[in-house]
Amino acid sequence: MPAMTMVQAINNALREEMRRDDRVVVLGEDVGRNGGVFRCTEGLIDEFPERVFDTPLSEGGIIGTSIGMALYGLRPVPEIQFLDFIYSGFDQIVSEAAKMRYRSGGQFTVPMTIRTPYGGGIRGGHYHSQSSEAYFCHTAGLKVVTPSTPLEAKGLLTSSIRDPDPVMFLEPKKLYRAFREEVPEGEVTVPIGQAAVRRAGKDVTLIAYGSMAQVCQEAATKAAEKGVEAEVIDVRTLVPLDEPALLASVKKTGRVVIVNEAPRTGSYGGEISAILAEKAIEYLRGPIVRVSGFDTPFPYTLEDVYMPNADRVLAAIDRVMAF
Amino acid sequence: MVDALRVIQDDGSTDPRLDPKLPEADAVRMYRGMMLQRILDNRMLALQRQGRIGFYGPSLGQEAAIIGAAMAMSPDDWIVPQYREPGAALVRGMPLTELLCQLMGNARDPVHGRQMPCHYVYRKGNYLSISSPVGTQLPHAVGIGWAMKLRGDRAAALVFFGDGATSTSDFHAAMNFAGVFRTPTVFLCNNNQWAISVPVARQTASATLAEKAQAYGFDGVRVDGMDALAVYGATREAAEAARSGRGPTLVEALTYRLGPHSSSDDPSRYRDEAEVARWRARDPIARFRRYLEQAGWWDEAREARLEQEIGDEITRAVQETERIPPPPVESLFTDVYADVPARLREQQDALTASLRR
Repeated sequence: MPAMTMVQAINNALREEMRRDDRVVVLGEDVGRNGGVFRCTEGLIDEFPERVFDTPLSEGGIIGTSIGMALYGLRPVPEIQFLDFIYSGFDQIVSEAAKMRYRSGGQFTVPMTIRTPYGGGIRGGHYHSQSSEAYFCHTAGLKVVTPSTPLEAKGLLTSSIRDPDPVMFLEPKKLYRAFREEVPEGEVTVPIGQAAVRRAGKDVTLIAYGSMAQVCQEAATKAAEKGVEAEVIDVRTLVPLDEPALLASVKKTGRVVIVNEAPRTGSYGGEISAILAEKAIEYLRGPIVRVSGFDTPFPYTLEDVYMPNADRVLAAIDRVMAF
Repeated sequence: MVDALRVIQDDGSTDPRLDPKLPEADAVRMYRGMMLQRILDNRMLALQRQGRIGFYGPSLGQEAAIIGAAMAMSPDDWIVPQYREPGAALVRGMPLTELLCQLMGNARDPVHGRQMPCHYVYRKGNYLSISSPVGTQLPHAVGIGWAMKLRGDRAAALVFFGDGATSTSDFHAAMNFAGVFRTPTVFLCNNNQWAISVPVARQTASATLAEKAQAYGFDGVRVDGMDALAVYGATREAAEAARSGRGPTLVEALTYRLGPHSSSDDPSRYRDEAEVARWRARDPIARFRRYLEQAGWWDEAREARLEQEIGDEITRAVQETERIPPPPVESLFTDVYADVPARLREQQDALTASLRR
């Protein structure tokens, strides 16, 4: 079984789905000859010259025409080079893709998967680093998926492409080449809507997604050295959210730290916090504590200070344990 | 004004070089389509004033540019509407009662009262669902055409939009993609001179909208939008070019919005009655009637019969649909996704419980 980076696993998923289903089409900026700026689409144009398109530089055009293709019955997988550039296509996502099934009474649907790298960790400054997943979670009609391992990137992307509804597939670019994992060739699916327990523990629940899932595992290892057994839950699918998995863990531990790298105000961690407060308050032995980015634009030089790391998560664990 | 392609002259005679030579049945069907839209508009505006529907956007003055274009398309072609084209949906076979149910947002509305009136959809006729943001439908028509091409289907997508939409970034994106990928797309711009209160001179400094196509690498033609045969001919030619792999065309139909933007609009605030009167004198329906009369296909008796027939059809449809109750509360929660997610089901259950109390 080959050991793959997340980039290779995504490439593998795209290739296998394109082989399996001739309705799958890949389009975007530099996704053809160049194989994508992160190389996720490398070589696809050689195997599928009729279904891989380098497009004009227009996120609105890429997403808008992908919606048209999906309406006609194709399974477009547009790539937006960085989530930070998606806003010229935001209207198409929010007003069109997300509402098409609802506003047509199910007569028209948009089975489209928008792939896009997001999050910090590559010294990308304001415009190659942001985590704006909350905008999409706020819009009914979209599914929002983010993997944190190569194997699950393959499985979740495969499920997303096969999903009958529009999916925002957010790829934590910090993890693109962070580590390798055994990824089998052939069909791998991970169901949309299921969280994963990354590490079992009885004292405190750490809830995260994307690159922060890795940060939480690192923090949990360090906490164990101090005798605190942290359970790490990787949400994996922000919408639809696996509430039962979160509640089961929190009811067991009674303590929660939620970690996301997005700016604090209005971040998805706030929504998770509200759900736990509504549904598990009687199990909680302390406040729900959030570790997040700051309410500033994403910085260049001070990126490492901005992004939550294991030490900040550990400080939050200390706080809830001491409560 | 730059010359626009014209087929029917003021007296009803046609330019023999351009006349598409419609058989009588098709010509009468075209006239009926325009009359149905006109009479429907007047009746629906009246219903709106009586508080029986919430909102309405009439097509008054644009009948030729809508029906002429819609009739030029084949059943396998798609129509991507803006919001002023109920007549095109009816041409594609949408039952009048279904259209009225949409206007009323009742339990038999195919979209369960989720959208404001005039946001029609008719899948069976390849007539796409409508949204309110202007111009967002343009890239869809390019994507649909692109998909037709990829699948090897001999078909085209016709997209309706107005002069205001040519200012949007989606217009640029759509025209650009259509040109680059040579998609089978027919861009039908209903230049009705006004985007609510803003005149076309404030949308562009270009002499025409049609000439914009040149910058995207394909043809643009300007037609008299008050002339159904001119619109029909130009659209049919563009659709045929699209289907046979010759790429997109922009058709600018010069027309005029004789009525308000919508039932919420008062055009006397921003335009002169004299201008409206000048355009009213070029009424597309009156001109088409003169053409039918010249051909010997129409007379006073047929006119009276048609008006009666359409009026009765609308009356029956209103009577049938007005009694239908609003959609059930459950319909609020379906069709957000293919399946109702647990979190949404929980919200539905909570609402249902609170309504029961």
